Amino acid sequence: MKNVQIALKDVHKAFGNKIVLNGVNLTVQKGESIVIIGGSGTGKSVMLKCILELLKPDKGEIKFNGQQIGMLFQGGALFDSLSVWENVSFAALQQKGMTREKAKKIAIEKLAEVGLKPDVADAYPADLSGGMKKRVGLARAIAMNPDTLFFDEPTTGLDPSMSDVINDLIVRCVKKLGATALTITHDMTSARKIADKIAMLYDGKIIWMGTVAELDKTNNPYVRQFVAGSSKGPIHMEVKAEE
Amino acid sequence: MQKFLTFVNTLGQVMMRFFYATGDLAIFTTKAVMACLRKPFYFKELLRQLIEIGFYSLPVVALTTLFSGMVIAIQTYEAVSKFSAEGAVSMVVLVAVTRELAPVMAALMVAGRIGAAMAAEIGTMRVTEQVDALVTLNTNPFKYLIAPRILAGVLMMPILVLIGDVLGVCGGYMVGVYKMDFNATTYLINTWNYLKAMDIISGLVKAAVFGFIIALMGCYNGFRSKGGAQGVGQATTNAVVSASILIFNYLLTEAFFNM
Repeated sequence: MKNVQIALKDVHKAFGNKIVLNGVNLTVQKGESIVIIGGSGTGKSVMLKCILELLKPDKGEIKFNGQQIGMLFQGGALFDSLSVWENVSFAALQQKGMTREKAKKIAIEKLAEVGLKPDVADAYPADLSGGMKKRVGLARAIAMNPDTLFFDEPTTGLDPSMSDVINDLIVRCVKKLGATALTITHDMTSARKIADKIAMLYDGKIIWMGTVAELDKTNNPYVRQFVAGSSKGPIHMEVKAEE
Repeated sequence: MQKFLTFVNTLGQVMMRFFYATGDLAIFTTKAVMACLRKPFYFKELLRQLIEIGFYSLPVVALTTLFSGMVIAIQTYEAVSKFSAEGAVSMVVLVAVTRELAPVMAALMVAGRIGAAMAAEIGTMRVTEQVDALVTLNTNPFKYLIAPRILAGVLMMPILVLIGDVLGVCGGYMVGVYKMDFNATTYLINTWNYLKAMDIISGLVKAAVFGFIIALMGCYNGFRSKGGAQGVGQATTNAVVSASILIFNYLLTEAFFNM
């Protein structure tokens, strides 16, 4: 248990009559990079929000042994009223004794780590492309040198080339910080690149967990269908044909 | 019988929703007030909101109160001239402006401008996960987003109303002297003689209460907005409608002048 960074035990969460998490069990070891895969609406984001204490589980236990977290949100979630460097150094600026000059210097260093030039620092989020927003979001996530990083659909809305760039940056940043990482995605290319281990969430539960190599050999029909991207199999697609 | 049961069921659901909403608002208000009183204070955010509410609302509040003072002078003159009591115009303008017109008109203008803007800004932050991002950056959204807005509302509304008081009385003076040919000195002396501290103070207290309600409802509706653009739009409308300034105006007037 000493090396456990995140542990979820029998976590349940429902919204009204809709059960989203139905007994999730998951353990993430220190320094591990876990990717949670699963279809849209299976509760991946809800699980992440429960870990981050943004939502309170109805039942179950969540243990988090990290000190400092960093989070890359799906849409970047950059603060519109602040410049790029103020976004990146937001947490640093709250610290006592931190001058704006020093905070800006840190922000520019972090922006360089995600491949952005210093002239971006004074721009505002509205001036940035989707890929740049993700990079700035990543720079903000790593700004305080966190020991745990969370990524919520890091490549959603990006073209394949930019997705690959973001995946490389995530791998590099996690490695450099020696951080534990928990990523949720349904992009299998991204999952294979980022993950030490992959877990699949389906019907409110983790139904499979293994390494990337094990993913290709598994006989689990749910995982096989999801990885193949097929509509035929045990996973029911809630799609209604328009008449 | 079936219709009756359906009616009772619907009524029960409405009552449950009402009590849930009331409880939720009470909890939100408590958290917001506590955030205003406890450290850390975000002074830069507070300054931004003071400028937004005070400086940028000043033109619209100034115009509204100025013309309200002018209108009340004309209407009063029309009424009192029938009884040869034209001298009462300055007194009526003064009382109407300081007690009611300046606080209420300023509050309605600020509710439309600022309450809606607060709900839209915080609502957008909510639906784009910026509020969640604040939490992950070790920042309490109540202290960073809500407290500065409520403090700015409470602090700036009385200042706006004080300016509105002066401009409203000036409006009455301009109509009285330049349109109705009142003696300027007499008008000013009458105004000064009728001036009571309680009239000004009651207006300023009302303004502070209105500022609190406008900011609270703007923040509350924004913070509770769901979905996308439609949710933010709904929050904006609710923020203005639920400010309920006129109801509180009546209650405060009762408290100041009839108790």
